[in-house]
Amino acid sequence: MGRKLLLEHINVPGINTYDVYRQKGGYRAVEKALKMTPDEVVEEVKLSGLRGRGGAGFPTGMKWSFLAKPEGVPRYLVCNADESEPGTFKDRYLMTHIPHALIEGMIVSSFALGAKTSYIYVRGEMMPQIRILERAIAEAKNAGFLGKNILGSGYDLELYVQPGGGAYICGEETALLESLEGKRGNPRIKPPFPAIAGLYGRPTVVNNVESIAATVPIINDGGEEYSKIGIGRSTGTKLISASGNLVKPGVYEIELGLSVEEFLYSDEYCGGIANGKRLKATVAGGSSVPILPANLTLKYANGEPRLMSYESLSEGGFATGTMMGSGGFIAFDEDQCIVRNTWNFARFYAHESCGQCSPCREGTGWMEKVLHRLEHGQGKLSDIDLLVDVSKKIEGNTICPLGDAAAWPVASAIRHFRDEFEWHVKEPVKSLQMNYGIASYAVPIAKAEVTI
Amino acid sequence: MSDKVKVTIDGITVEVEPGTSILNAARQIGGDIVPPAMCYYSKLQGSGGKCRTCIVKVSKGSEKDPRPMPKLVASCRTTVMDGMEVQNITSPEVMEARSGVVEMLLINHPLDCPVCDQAGECDLQNLGYEHGLQKTRYEFERRTFERIDIGDKIQLHMNRCILCYRCVFTADQITNKRVHGILNRGDHSEISTYIQTAVDNEFSGNVIDVCPVGALTDKTFRFRNRVWFTKPVDAHRDCPSCSGKVTLWYKGEDVLRITARKDVYGEVESFICNTCRFEKKKTADWVLEHPTHISDASVISSNHYETFQPLPVIQENLQLQAANKVELEKTSKF
Repeated sequence: MGRKLLLEHINVPGINTYDVYRQKGGYRAVEKALKMTPDEVVEEVKLSGLRGRGGAGFPTGMKWSFLAKPEGVPRYLVCNADESEPGTFKDRYLMTHIPHALIEGMIVSSFALGAKTSYIYVRGEMMPQIRILERAIAEAKNAGFLGKNILGSGYDLELYVQPGGGAYICGEETALLESLEGKRGNPRIKPPFPAIAGLYGRPTVVNNVESIAATVPIINDGGEEYSKIGIGRSTGTKLISASGNLVKPGVYEIELGLSVEEFLYSDEYCGGIANGKRLKATVAGGSSVPILPANLTLKYANGEPRLMSYESLSEGGFATGTMMGSGGFIAFDEDQCIVRNTWNFARFYAHESCGQCSPCREGTGWMEKVLHRLEHGQGKLSDIDLLVDVSKKIEGNTICPLGDAAAWPVASAIRHFRDEFEWHVKEPVKSLQMNYGIASYAVPIAKAEVTI
Repeated sequence: MSDKVKVTIDGITVEVEPGTSILNAARQIGGDIVPPAMCYYSKLQGSGGKCRTCIVKVSKGSEKDPRPMPKLVASCRTTVMDGMEVQNITSPEVMEARSGVVEMLLINHPLDCPVCDQAGECDLQNLGYEHGLQKTRYEFERRTFERIDIGDKIQLHMNRCILCYRCVFTADQITNKRVHGILNRGDHSEISTYIQTAVDNEFSGNVIDVCPVGALTDKTFRFRNRVWFTKPVDAHRDCPSCSGKVTLWYKGEDVLRITARKDVYGEVESFICNTCRFEKKKTADWVLEHPTHISDASVISSNHYETFQPLPVIQENLQLQAANKVELEKTSKF
């Protein structure tokens, strides 16, 4: 049984209210942090080795220490709750069920950064969560944890919830800041980074919901204690949103370093593939990361077991590895069509591209059209190479990482499942009636041997 | 020690002020190594970084930190560091990425150059000749929009737009109240004035000059003539609201069109007002200065005053051709 830090009390009835949360030891971290100096809190987070949970995996403590601190200029903390990656739903789960964990984390983090005003930027579609958060903020304010002179420490903090317009691109930190300022959500050109000039040109830190919530157990137990959980440079616990053809899809808190096999097949977590089918492929970290076939998901190319950690998932680079991303774990069983899935992802990125820089604006739409043609039995063999070429021309040539995120799923799907794409071209009629599945492989993927 | 920084672009070293962008450093050197820029406009604050045609490779970050930059960078928005080494046309990687960008810019462009007023002075046309493919690999319908009239003098032809945002910045910075922006997102985003409100500002006409393609056109000149049949002459007048320095485009005795003066990178020297641009179309309104200098490489120069003589035509020398053929056979044999 893995340790639970964020979701420890998730099953307690009424944990979304202040009273129950406080009873279960909530807001201890605020009381503790306010007795420390802000620098000590930053030091503690640095010590914990917490890495950003939003996708890039940049160490949070490091990010905080980069924040410019000129005299007389306000600083801001912005919580990125614009979670819209296909396959990721952990932040929504956290905000719905334990909103106070986020509020508590926001108070601790704002204190550490010296921010007097902080924002939670929530995706527009999550209206219920916005109401839940606003209620939680009101409750915390009543209890004296927000507002002027918190707990007599002389520290003031105002916390605001800002609904976004529901654009995926506003999850990119600079686009989020633009949107928060009331402008069109286009990513800014970096440098300057938000740590120097962010919201309203002031130093700003943008953190994911889970990263901010994770500061609570760090302050409660100490950074060193937190860093003992996990493996190597991937410390702590991580929320994984498991979806797809699983027996028990849902949000799980895992200790980083758990083996992928255990996560997929053990009864504590996903419980295996639904309907007794075989695993065909997985997307390990939300739609932006490369897709992996079943054998490479469970084991490295050299046969060692793959673990759920930042380093282990990216082992093997783009050829045989993937990435941790935001932790949206999607599993595909033997009957799923990879071409259709790739088209679906491409359609998403074509729809969500902001249209600012040309390779992404034109390239995502182009890839979507070519994939649509392939999926619907009108493709040509040359289309497959065309897709690889277009994805190469988008990747790395754009302002923000959305271009890369749009290119990787397509490039990796063709790299690992090229025969399936070719089958769609060669058997246009059949491909409309049935999926390629696993059975049609020359060497069918064996059923994974489960040791648990 | 001087406070200037040294930067090497394609092996040519230049000393520039700190804070200069790579593109501007390259422009100080000039010539072929200047990266093309479709969206960057030195007179507009905040422009650049969008079209990605100016991408270059930084093979050495700076004297202090000699690591190369991991990705190709947009030269218009990357500031130089002391000792930086940049590769532009000497890097095959850059050239390939740039041709990729040009291909992306062209896939939704209608390529209606034969009927486009911008043909002959179009940045995208030049870029396409230099880096583009002979054939398109795009086999789908291009996006189309309705034409929109922005006021009675300007027409927006959104099909041709490459979304460089220059006109948006112009509307934002030159004019007092902004009535011009981008709607939608992705490949269906479009330049628009909300509910087609007329932009009634004295300087609104400048969006025509900053447009690198034929998306924003002058309705008083639309379909009147091809630019290479007209003859540009620099002129000025005493204008109460602008500098009054313009280029008149003559066909015979008539002034067909008036634009601001443009430099070698297609950027205007100073913005002009709508009265100068649209209403003063008589020679009597202006003090003529001299013929505008047009680069020999431009198609406009074929009718220019400076070259009275027709361009020399190479005579066919049959003897020389035969000799070359023999030489070629000799060398290609091995």
